[in-house]
Amino acid sequence: MSTSLVLIVVMAVMYASGVYVLLERSLTRVLIGFLLIGNATNLLILLTSGRAGRAPIWDRGWTPEEFADPLPQALILTAIVINFGVTAFLLALIYRSWWLARLGDQGDQLVLEHEEDKSLSEEVFSSASEDDDALNEALDASDEALDASDEAAHMEEEGAAEAAVADARAGRGAERDGEDDEPLGSPPGKGGAS
Amino acid sequence: MSALVPLMVLVPLLGAAAALITGPYPRAQVAISTGGLSVTTAISAILLFQADRDGATVIEVGDWPAPWGIVLVVDRFSAIMLLVSSVVLLSVLVYAVGQGIADGNRETPVTIFHPTYLMLAAGIYVAFITGDLFNLYVGFEILLGSSYVLLTLAGTGARIRAGTTYIVTSLVSSAFFLAAIAMVYAATGTVNMAQVAERIGDLPDTTATLLHVMLLLGFSIKAALFPMSFWLPDSYPTAPAPVTAVFAGLLTKVGVYAIIRTETLLFPDDGPGGHFRVPMMWVALLTMVVGILGAAVQADIKRLLSFTLVSHIGYMIFGVALSSPLGLNATVYYVVHHITVQTTLFLAVGLVERIGGTTSISRLSGLLKRAPLIAVLFFIPALNLGGIPPFSGFLGKAGLLIAGAQQGGWVVWVLIVGSVLTSLLTLYALMRVWNMAFWRSRAEVEAGYRSTYINTLVESPDDEGEVRTGASTPRLMVAATTGMVIVTLALTALAGPLFALGDRTATEIADRDAVITAVLHSGGADG
Repeated sequence: MSTSLVLIVVMAVMYASGVYVLLERSLTRVLIGFLLIGNATNLLILLTSGRAGRAPIWDRGWTPEEFADPLPQALILTAIVINFGVTAFLLALIYRSWWLARLGDQGDQLVLEHEEDKSLSEEVFSSASEDDDALNEALDASDEALDASDEAAHMEEEGAAEAAVADARAGRGAERDGEDDEPLGSPPGKGGAS
Repeated sequence: MSALVPLMVLVPLLGAAAALITGPYPRAQVAISTGGLSVTTAISAILLFQADRDGATVIEVGDWPAPWGIVLVVDRFSAIMLLVSSVVLLSVLVYAVGQGIADGNRETPVTIFHPTYLMLAAGIYVAFITGDLFNLYVGFEILLGSSYVLLTLAGTGARIRAGTTYIVTSLVSSAFFLAAIAMVYAATGTVNMAQVAERIGDLPDTTATLLHVMLLLGFSIKAALFPMSFWLPDSYPTAPAPVTAVFAGLLTKVGVYAIIRTETLLFPDDGPGGHFRVPMMWVALLTMVVGILGAAVQADIKRLLSFTLVSHIGYMIFGVALSSPLGLNATVYYVVHHITVQTTLFLAVGLVERIGGTTSISRLSGLLKRAPLIAVLFFIPALNLGGIPPFSGFLGKAGLLIAGAQQGGWVVWVLIVGSVLTSLLTLYALMRVWNMAFWRSRAEVEAGYRSTYINTLVESPDDEGEVRTGASTPRLMVAATTGMVIVTLALTALAGPLFALGDRTATEIADRDAVITAVLHSGGADG
């Protein structure tokens, strides 16, 4: 069975860069690493189906050299679907992690501070869920043209969320420069800025 | 009767869909999920009876003949695992329902919990009944995907942080497993486990060793074997109590199950790529000793139990590495014992947390007087895990040690000493929990008593040093825990028949040719 050298090299490079990126601190990079490794593995499965350029279709009397093995392609399809689902979940996890990280040191403690600082946490959580709702609405409405009122509402809620964060930072003023409390994954861009 | 096998997976999957649709009606959801899991429990009991009487059932899914289509194989070992996991899943579900009713679903948001829990069940069942490597991968992914959701329920900071470790580790292990499947396919041209087993004999030793190592790497991360066990104590304890209980009981055991299949069916010791027995024994020893030393310094009961969980995986690997029928027999018994007892302990600790408001033993006290029933529910499985006769933990360990002593060799004797030490240290760690959380008087804690001894304990990183006000302990939660305690006691009472069943199971697993013939050359199952 002969296989394509190019594919092997591509696979190796994807594995190497995937592992490298996976070891980074930032969750978005971890996601990229996961995607690279997942697709490198898909290439590895593809490599087992034999010489490139044949269709995975068999006809009576064909020898194995004349068609590609269809099973690896079926396996890859399944693997792609699984990777797709996991990626969707990881994105949700990253979003949540980013949201918690925006609050800096307080992000981790919000729930536990619920008792003593109820108003703050409630505000933040409600604005977070408003944020989510707005996102869902935007997704639902993506087929139709977004009418102006929807967009206005969306912007307003975004603004409320920002304000809540600003409040949280102002109210909590003297924050410790967290050493081990550092938020999970570096929040993209504006997380660190206050 | 063979139509029952696919139902094991279909019922939870359809139940998950139905539970998702009935999201706004919590009662309907509870009815669907408890009903679904009761059905699978009944089916798995029938399957076990059938497998023990008539031998393995082989189902060709979609009637595609064996090497081409996917086969489902239910032999005694699969059926035992199915029955135990069904019982555990059902009890934990009842416990979770009790907790959800009491807390107004704050900790376990029911709308997501029930469908995900049923998906988890479906994934576990697939992993146990499949006779196809790629299908095993799919089963793993179903159960892992559900476990990601369950572990990060409610998305609090601590859970997201713990979940991230768990998820990234699991992704890596899945990548290993999938790459291993690709390599197995490249080398043998099949992913049907029986056919792989048949063809692996023709492979050169180096190729077979590579495949063996790749598969073991993937499975050992899931089973939390020593160098790859670091993720477990960091991720399990932060989840809601029922979720931790079911994860601790079942998820690692799915990895152990896969390792047992790999070692017995695919890579027997005398075939190409075998000769892994001695390295596995060292891994088992390190898993036991390092795990239990971690447990010995923990102040948080959930973390402590997670470390003992890692540690006791070592016993099962020890039994697999012995590869004598008696060793396998003891391993099967030990797996069953450990699933039930570890789940029960986590359920009991969930109750302790509700009464005491914390799980740190440096702040818990006087629980024996405050809640004698819960104290008993903790004490019995604790003694059991510590290996005190006449409980099943003792019987399982005794079986392993006898199997080891019969085999002999200095490595085995080192392991025997290691497992006895581990057992004693388990008892030490658990009795310390008993002494501090249950037995010492409340006044001692209120007076702020500290000692160098207490100061050496390591608190959980998520510990905030506070004691929440106690919550109620609903009858349903206590009933579920009591039920599990009774199951662990039944393992002792029925040890004779169970060891006899384990013996037949071990003989069946060890007979590779019979498995291969049953799957490939029997001309398919009767419809």
